[in-house]
Amino acid sequence: MKLQKASRYALYAVLHLASAPDRQHSTAEIAQEYGISIHHLAKVMRTLVRSGLIESVRGVGGGYRFAGNVRRTTLWDVIHEFESLESDIDSPDALAGTAEIVISGLDSVNSEIDGLIRSTLDSITLKTLLRYGVENLERGV
Amino acid sequence: MPGTAQNNKTAKMNNNNRIAIDIRPATVADSAAIVALDAEITGTDKSAYWTDILERFTDSAMRIQRHFLVASSANDELVGFVVGEIRAWEFGSPPCGWVLALSVSPQHRELGIGSLLLDALSVEFKAAGIATIRTMVLSTDKVNLSFFRGEGLSAGPYIELEKRLD
Repeated sequence: MKLQKASRYALYAVLHLASAPDRQHSTAEIAQEYGISIHHLAKVMRTLVRSGLIESVRGVGGGYRFAGNVRRTTLWDVIHEFESLESDIDSPDALAGTAEIVISGLDSVNSEIDGLIRSTLDSITLKTLLRYGVENLERGV
Repeated sequence: MPGTAQNNKTAKMNNNNRIAIDIRPATVADSAAIVALDAEITGTDKSAYWTDILERFTDSAMRIQRHFLVASSANDELVGFVVGEIRAWEFGSPPCGWVLALSVSPQHRELGIGSLLLDALSVEFKAAGIATIRTMVLSTDKVNLSFFRGEGLSAGPYIELEKRLD
């Protein structure tokens, strides 16, 4: 699975904000912290605000703040704002004979894989993901 | 001693108050409350199933392998239960502790009662020398999947396969 850039940036931003929900961070701060494009991240942040996952804070020291529930919001809740993650076999519409059999078989495998990926991403909350990171670092992984 | 969980615990409420929770082995007298709680959550009355499970899991001869623990509040209301069993060599697996069921009353969620039940079951398994716990959850059951992941469980080395026998 390779996530689109927007999904990855959204995960960085949401997880960063969720790690300290009472604090706010600017787009520039987050972009610098993760070494990513501030312009691309700014577009991602606007989508995240519209989705209700984060909220903008105006005024001096303004920026963005996490607006969800770290124990309920899953990785999928963030990613699906940007992509469906559904595999697509690029094939012609009209198939027949062996080609139809091959494409149909590959479609069923893709469907199984998509289900596993979706299920995994939708079962890991932001809190759990952050705990994974802490534990990995403690174990030196 | 394995199979003798009897613990007074406290569960955290949303307003940071705590309620007293007693974790103890189930008895056949808990049958009606267990059936009612399960039916409230699943929408299906499984009286025969739970009666059979209770009889088998409260058999003192099997108390090392089988555990059926209940959580009750201070007024003796049954608010949750967990069922677990140590199984060995099925699917080629070395001995491990299976979490066969874990339920918490919808009115008592988000208090940490599920964690208390799983912790109590884990104590029983560890006392029997078990190092791994395992469970199976419907892939679309986000609530239970995220609960178990939050408790530290993650995808294991086995994949469940099935086939419709039409």
